[in-house]
Amino acid sequence: MSVQPPAEGQPPAEGQPPAEGQVPAPSTAEQPVPNDTVGETHTGTVGETGRSSWSAMFKMARPRATRANFFAAALALVLGFALATQVQQTQQQGLEQLREDELVRILDDVSQDAARLGNDARALESTRDRLLSGADNSAEALRAAQERLDTLGILAGTAPAEGPGIELTIDDPGRKVTAPLLLDTVQELRDAGAEAVQIGDERVVASTYFTDAADGIRISGKPVAPPYVIRAIGDSATMASAMDIPGGVNESVRRLGAVPTVEQRDTVSITALHTLEQPQYARPVPGPTGSGG
Amino acid sequence: MIPVLGLIGGILIGLFLQPEVPLWLQPYLPIAVIAALDAVFGAVRAVLDGIFNDKVFVVSFLANVVVAAFIVFLGDQLGVGAQLSTGVVVVLGVRIFSNVASIRRHLFRA
Repeated sequence: MSVQPPAEGQPPAEGQPPAEGQVPAPSTAEQPVPNDTVGETHTGTVGETGRSSWSAMFKMARPRATRANFFAAALALVLGFALATQVQQTQQQGLEQLREDELVRILDDVSQDAARLGNDARALESTRDRLLSGADNSAEALRAAQERLDTLGILAGTAPAEGPGIELTIDDPGRKVTAPLLLDTVQELRDAGAEAVQIGDERVVASTYFTDAADGIRISGKPVAPPYVIRAIGDSATMASAMDIPGGVNESVRRLGAVPTVEQRDTVSITALHTLEQPQYARPVPGPTGSGG
Repeated sequence: MIPVLGLIGGILIGLFLQPEVPLWLQPYLPIAVIAALDAVFGAVRAVLDGIFNDKVFVVSFLANVVVAAFIVFLGDQLGVGAQLSTGVVVVLGVRIFSNVASIRRHLFRA
């Protein structure tokens, strides 16, 4: 604040009494205390040196409203600010303040990590692909098995079927139609390409048999009564013409006095089901070709 | 006393404001801080030696900071920035240690 004596910068001489004497005075600001006790010559009595050092510190710590002190305070402010800023900057530890060799090392690490992780990713991808294709294979196998099941179900008569075909009705009021004629009819239909056949409520399958009984015809042991309604799924035109051939089913039926009626339909539903029975004696033979799948 | 308050105030301001160090200053700030610390410890030692002077302190503080930063800058230009920074830090560290040792001898007589 005030003008200072230019001699301030010089190291004080040996004069300790004046400085110490003036310290308690309130007007310290005017007297910027060039230092007291010891100069370089503090090699004397140790106790006195220590005490006077502390007093020198306290004296210097006393607020002095000089311009230089103000500057020093400003510099200390800046120093503290820079210190805190730098500490925080270092804690953030961004890449941009690293030097080149450190960056190279970090880059190497990252590259190695990338290569390793890339290998891992490739291995995992191949595993995933394998699993996915395996799932596809399973789905494919399941679909094939389902198709086979449907085919076999139609063949074995355990599944209802639907499709184009004919409905042959034999109106036989005199009950002249015999079991062999029905069997011939079935054979003729199969010869014409019938894939599923139903007579009355009975599904015609491989094990179906026709017998003549006192009360009429029995199909697989169950009596059926006229009119006999025979439904067959297949090529309707072929089957219809097969019924009509000379000496065929229609003619034989008419000769017996019954009335055959053939009706071609776009959709014939065969809903009667055959109940499979576990074969009691026959056992499948595991052969080299498997079950023929 | 006032400079000490200034130091504490500066630290508090830095902690509260959390400023971003500009990019061009980042290589020099740590060195400058260490140089300033060296000036501060030198000043404390000068107080105890009885040769302290506010003006000298201000000048030496600024000169320390500027020279340290300039050395680092020069090192960066010459391609030996890292080594020169290390060298400056070592030198300043040695000076700080010797100053602190002198202060310790003054204050604690040990």
